[in-house]
Amino acid sequence: MANMSLEKIMMPEQDPNVRNKNFEEVSLGYTPEMAIEEATRCLNCKHKPCVAGCPVNIKIPEFISLVVQGDFEGAYKKITEDSSLPAVCGRVCPQESQCEGVCVRGIKGEPVAIGRLERFVADYHMNSEHEKPQKPQSNGKKVAVIGAGPSGLTCAGDLAKLGYEVTIFEAFHTAGGVLVYGIPEFRLPKKIVHKEIDGLKDLGVTIMTNMVIGKVLSVDEIISMGYEAVFIGSGAGLPQFLGIPGESSVGVYSANEFLTRINLMKAYLEGYNTPINKSKSIAVVGGGNVAMDAARCAKRLGAEHVYIVYRRSMEEMPARKEEVHHAMEEGIEFKLLCNPEKIVADEKGFVTGLECVKMELGEPDASGRRRPIAVEGSEFVLDVDSVIMALGTSPNPLIRSTTEGIEANKRGCLIVDENMKTTKDAVYAGGDAVTGAATVILAMGAGKIAANSIHEYLQNK
Amino acid sequence: MFKIVEKRKLNDSVTLMSVDAPFVAKKAQAGQFIIFRIDEQGERIPLTIADYDREKGTVTIIFQIVGKSTIELSEMNVGDCILDFVGPLGNPTEFGDAKKAIVIGGGVGCAIAYPSAKAMFKAGIHVDMIAGFRSKDIVILEDEMKAASNNLYITTDDGTYGEKGFVTEVLKRLLEKDNTYDLIIAIGPVPMMKFVSLASKPFGVKTLVSLNPIMIDGTGMCGGCRVTVGGKLKFACVDGPDFDGHEVDFDELMRRNSFYKEREANDKNHVCRLGEKFNG
Ligand SMILES: Cc1cc2nc3c(=O)[nH]c(=O)nc-3n(C[C@H](O)[C@H](O)[C@H](O)COP(=O)(O)OP(=O)(O)OC[C@H]3O[C@@H](n4cnc5c(N)ncnc54)[C@H](O)[C@@H]3O)c2cc1C
Ligand SMILES: Cc1cc2nc3c(=O)[nH]c(=O)nc-3n(C[C@H](O)[C@H](O)[C@H](O)COP(=O)(O)OP(=O)(O)OC[C@H]3O[C@@H](n4cnc5c(N)ncnc54)[C@H](O)[C@@H]3O)c2cc1C
Ligand code: SF4
Ligand code: SF4
Ligand code: FES
Repeated sequence: MANMSLEKIMMPEQDPNVRNKNFEEVSLGYTPEMAIEEATRCLNCKHKPCVAGCPVNIKIPEFISLVVQGDFEGAYKKITEDSSLPAVCGRVCPQESQCEGVCVRGIKGEPVAIGRLERFVADYHMNSEHEKPQKPQSNGKKVAVIGAGPSGLTCAGDLAKLGYEVTIFEAFHTAGGVLVYGIPEFRLPKKIVHKEIDGLKDLGVTIMTNMVIGKVLSVDEIISMGYEAVFIGSGAGLPQFLGIPGESSVGVYSANEFLTRINLMKAYLEGYNTPINKSKSIAVVGGGNVAMDAARCAKRLGAEHVYIVYRRSMEEMPARKEEVHHAMEEGIEFKLLCNPEKIVADEKGFVTGLECVKMELGEPDASGRRRPIAVEGSEFVLDVDSVIMALGTSPNPLIRSTTEGIEANKRGCLIVDENMKTTKDAVYAGGDAVTGAATVILAMGAGKIAANSIHEYLQNK
Repeated sequence: MFKIVEKRKLNDSVTLMSVDAPFVAKKAQAGQFIIFRIDEQGERIPLTIADYDREKGTVTIIFQIVGKSTIELSEMNVGDCILDFVGPLGNPTEFGDAKKAIVIGGGVGCAIAYPSAKAMFKAGIHVDMIAGFRSKDIVILEDEMKAASNNLYITTDDGTYGEKGFVTEVLKRLLEKDNTYDLIIAIGPVPMMKFVSLASKPFGVKTLVSLNPIMIDGTGMCGGCRVTVGGKLKFACVDGPDFDGHEVDFDELMRRNSFYKEREANDKNHVCRLGEKFNG
């Protein structure tokens, strides 16, 4: 008989006033008992709406049934039939708008905690002894992957399992993409990402870091080195600025810079050389996951006031619900319906304030969201010494501008067909490089499709 | 890992190193740079490619000791390995169809200007080189610069070597004597590049400067290196590092480069005291 509790089993968390001073993981995960109890809330629905809600169609009721039986390894195998990064997606997927958003239990009460169960199962597997995967027999064909984010890692893993000799070329000194430079430790411990990457190495994938493709090698040169197909998973790393006066003042960062200093370069840890200035009071402009991450990092570095400045209302905020909730608990102050107009600086050029104007919501715009309109004469200055711009990112032009025959749309996103093939022979692409800034699970899904297409292409070649 | 295969002290604070980096060596061109990270705790630090040997697969860097990372690098020796060494980044210097050029280096900037002078000189362009130093004991690369130019003018601030004064004085004299130059390249401290640009502007000679803002990734991903050129936002790592000196907002660059001064000065004291211990 199913457990008919209307609420999810709570996941233990660090206390907000403790965790907002450290970088350790906020959520502590289920115990086996909690997981089994939560799993019994699943009704094993015949029509499985949750499966359709998951971008990679994880067999949700099946894996949850295995959890009920205490067969956690079995559940892990079931999940990995469709996903290669369950420990990551269980933590960072916007479940409320995907699998859990359509769960039948959510009609009355809370949906089944699919993400938390997925995370539990993946962590259980990671923490238990199991044999290293056998390196598959090579089929002698070489494939190159550009970028070691979720899309590239997934594509590489799937191809390696099929026997391809895969080399990943990564621009940074560490593999992982946004998972290591963007999403902070307290949301996604880097240990987890490194384990996933070690798993790929066990499968025989070679990772070459410090290789900026388009500079050190072009895509055509990679092909001429004997790689029979190329997957581009270079993400959408190009930061945007608002173009308002004062944006070049000292103390204005892109979220990418701020988060890279902290997450990739570990500026928050004693002994690491990369500097980060400690702010007393800081404004983060934007309302997505990136803005929440930057704000929560700033708080952890000791800022007294951290403001989220967003021009729409709470309802339109694109960030994961759980992150907004966590940010509020940690003392982040939300300035909603506020639009930044100007950065104020002292005579030395250091930021002293952010001038904003209040907004009200008008008619819905093309995206269906109500368009914010400035309220005349409502300007005010937020007293801050730093401003972080978390305004969204677009694909970096480096690869497309150095590769003949690859086409991109107006927003700089690479154009692909339903098999993830670009307009250039033997070259595939996926993830944020194709969609613009999106999600981990979509990037992973694209990597999977591309791996299949590349396999098909090379088999028939 | 990238092995150091040559190390030479050019003066007390400037060191030359060649590093085994075959992929970078294969593509490097004058004006481009690399970013290195010594070890797991290290910062990512940009340095210009001073020279390269495609056959041997080595890249040469020349750097001035200013803070923690450059001190640490200068303490490494032949046979040691640098953890990360990425490049070539940025765009090569564009000489266009220049026929007669002035290349100006200030201090360690001479090391960065030298490869451009060499490349142009080799291509048959007339090159007059002006190299400015604070004092005689820090003059570097004199023979190399002489070999890569038609005329080499050395200035020192204190007059202990060459001509007493600043590079801008020689520049003005050359331009006043004979204004047939069609390109000036100036590389050195930001104030020097600013004053060279101010000096050359009335003569209408195109002036390229190589900007050195604070960088992290060097691929256009962090925006930390943004500079204002001709009123427009540019990322020095991908749009530069060379820009039209007559259009650059140098004062903004100087302000932005001072951002981490306090914290780094503290670190530096810390390191220097360590250094004293090591050096006796
Ligand atoms: C701060 C932040 C928080 C986020 N939070 C969430 C979240 O909670 N949930 C969620 O689902 N999504 C989140 N996202 C979005 C998600 O991380 C991305 O959609 C996803 O990482 C895209 O994967 P990708 O593989 O396409 O690209 P990326 O992860 O961007 O990886 C691309 C890789 O390619 C490398 N590269 C780029 N150019 C080159 C080149 N020329 N040569 C070689 N290598 C190159 C890059 O260095 C990088 O390692 C967040 C993003 C950010 C920035
Ligand atoms: C494209 C580019 C090419 C460069 N090429 C060379 C080169 O060929 N040879 C060379 O000696 N130097 C070069 N530089 C400058 C060099 O990167 C800095 O001197 C170095 O970052 C200092 O690091 P540090 O840890 O030793 O000192 P830090 O402790 O980081 O800094 C010491 C002082 O230098 C300032 N500073 C920090 N970073 C920079 C920077 N990027 N530019 C200017 N000042 C800075 C700090 O504010 C501080 O006052 C280049 C810089 C750029 C951006
Ligand atoms: S991958 Fe994401 S959407 Fe799919 S089941 Fe897991 S948490 Fe839900
Ligand atoms: S919709 Fe919810 S209750 Fe139904 S099978 Fe999926 S997870 Fe279980
Ligand atoms: S160094 Fe990061 S964008 Fe230029």
